[in-house]
Amino acid sequence: MNAPVNPENLKSGATRRELVVGTALVGGALLVGCSPGDLLSIGAKTDFGAFGPFIKIGADGVVTVVSKHIEFGQGNHAGLAAIAAEELDANWSTLKVEQAPAIAKVYANLKMGVQGTGGSSAIANSWTQLRQAGASARAMFVEAASNKWNLPAGEITVKDGVVGHPSGKSATFAELLPDAAKVTPPKEPKLKDPKTFTLIGTDRVRRKDAQAKSDGTARFTQDVHLPNMLTAMVAHAPRFGATVASFDATEAKKVAGVVDVFQIPSGVAVVAENTYAARMGREALKVTWDESKAEKRGSKELTAAYTGWAAGKGALPEKTAWQGFETKGDFAQAPKGELFEATYDFPFLAHATMEPMNCVAEVSAGKAKLTFGSQIPTVDQLNTAKIVGMLPGAVEIETLFAGGSFGRRANFQSDYAAECVQIAKKVGKGRPVKLVWTREDDMTAGYFRPLTHHNVKVVIGADGYPVAWRHRIVTQTLMKGSPIPSKGLDETTVEGAKGSPYLKAIPIVDGQALLPDVGVPVLWWRSVGATHTAFVMEHTIDQLARKAGKDPIAYRLALYDKAGATRHTAVLKLAAEKAGYDQPATAGWTRGVAVHECFGTVVAQIAEVKLVDGAPKVGRVVTAVDCGVAISPDQIAAQMEGGTCYGLSAAMFGQITLNNGVVEQTNFDTYRVLRNSEAPHVETYILPSGEAPSGIGEPGVPVIGPAVANAILAINGQATHSLPIVKA
Amino acid sequence: MATTLDVNGKPVTVKAAPETPLLWVLRDEIGLTGPKFGCGIAQCGACTVLADGQPIRSCSMPISGLAGVKITTVESLGGNSALQQAWVKNDVPQCGYCQSGQLMSATALLAAKPKPTDEDIDAAMDGNICRCGAYQRIRAAIKDAAGMTPAAPAKA
Repeated sequence: MNAPVNPENLKSGATRRELVVGTALVGGALLVGCSPGDLLSIGAKTDFGAFGPFIKIGADGVVTVVSKHIEFGQGNHAGLAAIAAEELDANWSTLKVEQAPAIAKVYANLKMGVQGTGGSSAIANSWTQLRQAGASARAMFVEAASNKWNLPAGEITVKDGVVGHPSGKSATFAELLPDAAKVTPPKEPKLKDPKTFTLIGTDRVRRKDAQAKSDGTARFTQDVHLPNMLTAMVAHAPRFGATVASFDATEAKKVAGVVDVFQIPSGVAVVAENTYAARMGREALKVTWDESKAEKRGSKELTAAYTGWAAGKGALPEKTAWQGFETKGDFAQAPKGELFEATYDFPFLAHATMEPMNCVAEVSAGKAKLTFGSQIPTVDQLNTAKIVGMLPGAVEIETLFAGGSFGRRANFQSDYAAECVQIAKKVGKGRPVKLVWTREDDMTAGYFRPLTHHNVKVVIGADGYPVAWRHRIVTQTLMKGSPIPSKGLDETTVEGAKGSPYLKAIPIVDGQALLPDVGVPVLWWRSVGATHTAFVMEHTIDQLARKAGKDPIAYRLALYDKAGATRHTAVLKLAAEKAGYDQPATAGWTRGVAVHECFGTVVAQIAEVKLVDGAPKVGRVVTAVDCGVAISPDQIAAQMEGGTCYGLSAAMFGQITLNNGVVEQTNFDTYRVLRNSEAPHVETYILPSGEAPSGIGEPGVPVIGPAVANAILAINGQATHSLPIVKA
Repeated sequence: MATTLDVNGKPVTVKAAPETPLLWVLRDEIGLTGPKFGCGIAQCGACTVLADGQPIRSCSMPISGLAGVKITTVESLGGNSALQQAWVKNDVPQCGYCQSGQLMSATALLAAKPKPTDEDIDAAMDGNICRCGAYQRIRAAIKDAAGMTPAAPAKA
């Protein structure tokens, strides 16, 4: 890192000038793509115990694993803890999990370079790190026992937090702790042979938070109540890009419990003694908006424009061009054959987490503390630091359980957290402020999965398989506002089409993306690019199989064979076997198949579907998954079940529409989501694997949509060209 | 004006205005944060509590109508009820935010129908949204708590 300032000089007691330099420097570090962990951690506490930043052992011998990743449902706390516990041979039943503070230097996501959770990377990036942490602590106990008992370290065993020797000598972690803590940690601790794992891969690896989440004691941001705390709500503009022209707070201030009303960059804040007062105060507030720069296009206009551009009609918007993502051969020179053409339209989607966005902030001179479900703490520190004028590393973040995210909380602008910091800064004196968004705030605030259009042209060869494939995708980039300027195409917009085994198997491919600038804030949405690319690839392939008169599984397997996609082949064969594909489906039901790789994990599903009053009902869904070493089979199944519901909810019902720039859905009465009676029964089968683990939080989402569309195709021959399937 | 409510078996006098929804009184004034704010319009069920044993959406129920009504929240279940044990055994929660409401709806269901059919579960639980999609395990845990044979675990 070419830093002109010695970070050692930038302690938390830095002068104002140093603060400014530090902030500029951190921005610069991000801009040149350096790993900013060290700089971003200046001012943070870094004193850890004898066993390092990931493992704490109490005087009672109870092991606590420190998770650098937020837990918002995906079960990573169980998996992360199990990795360390396995190598440490800790007592799993008493083991606890604790959330790490924000210190990028030690808790960075090794796939991101900053502290954060996303891209289904928690387990994958922690695998070696936590194995080493556990193995190191284990070696320290072994050495302590070896010294104490004067016996060779190689003969000493550890099981369930008890250190022992065949001679009968035995001591608990608690008993050996004072000695073990003095042992110098080994530089390269020896890791177990995975074949000898006794915890990983067993049904003992269960959630550690199930009790607290079943008795009401699990603490979410919404539940934070601090002495002297104020609650804030913000009036936001009805259209994206509009700003406050003026406001009249007379009536709002008359509401009992309202403390103050003031303007902040994102709107007008109403600060009150409690949530209800804040809400009533905001209802009484009058705001006039300047909409001169607001986005006024609606979903219909955007869909029409995208469709035209993809079809080659009309001039492309300024400063845009088609960018290639897969190019092989020349589509114009493709051999003659039957032409298949299809377009697919996907709406904006809200994440619609159960807990609407919220945050608690305390700001005083030289101090800022945030308490909330922070998904990318480093970015939240950086954005907070810019607002309050201090070093990012000195911004304290206490990360709580979050009531879902699905991508919403990983935001380059830290939108709602920054909003809370703005309010807390104005309130000042370190007085805690809880920002509460209503469901309506949450649903209309944007950061949607972008509205997306696909245009696919396929030349079919004499054998019924594609010989040339042209694929155009029109969508918005997700990297707008990123501190790291993207070089070339934003890959999140095309992933899943790019890298598809089908395209690998086809001789001529022309994949292109167009990313127009639209004033609607967009963001990753659980499984990201695959939310649309998986549907297009899998539904198109099924239509091609049908045209060729071939079985959809056999058709796929032939293409996987050509592409060398052995993992796809394996999961599809496993799913077919478990579904009893050689036998008829359950009477009255029709099968639909889909397969997709997402964040390194391959999922195949065979869904049984029937139409009830024209709408699909999904019953049994056989799922096969290859995610490398399975740490918690139970939580892998849970993510397949939940991911399937999340994907099915979007495919069946999910849509945010804009009319003249105004979001039309405001709550669950108009944004329909899957309910219990509509949930399928998911059976999960895990492919045995010795490979390093890949992600599990997202890959279960994108497969069910095309599986259902493929079943409908099998039922009535109708292809699905726009989502959601059930029109409002 | 003070209002006296019967919450989890105890009389509680609160100073919130009579039109204030019960949810905000429970959470902000009484300090019972088990019931959650999810939608504010009785659509998602995260705020579900029982009123004389019947599930209500506390976000949309002003306290003025609740005098003399026995209100029970997830905190009253004690943490070890048959349903809560089944919730833990089946690892039902994911993010967990909706689960207090799910448990209160399920508690009312089993009180009325100790051996519920799938249709009974549909009817009782469809008002409670779970965005993590833990529905399959919610269903299994209800049957488990009811002493019915749960579905075979969906695992390899």
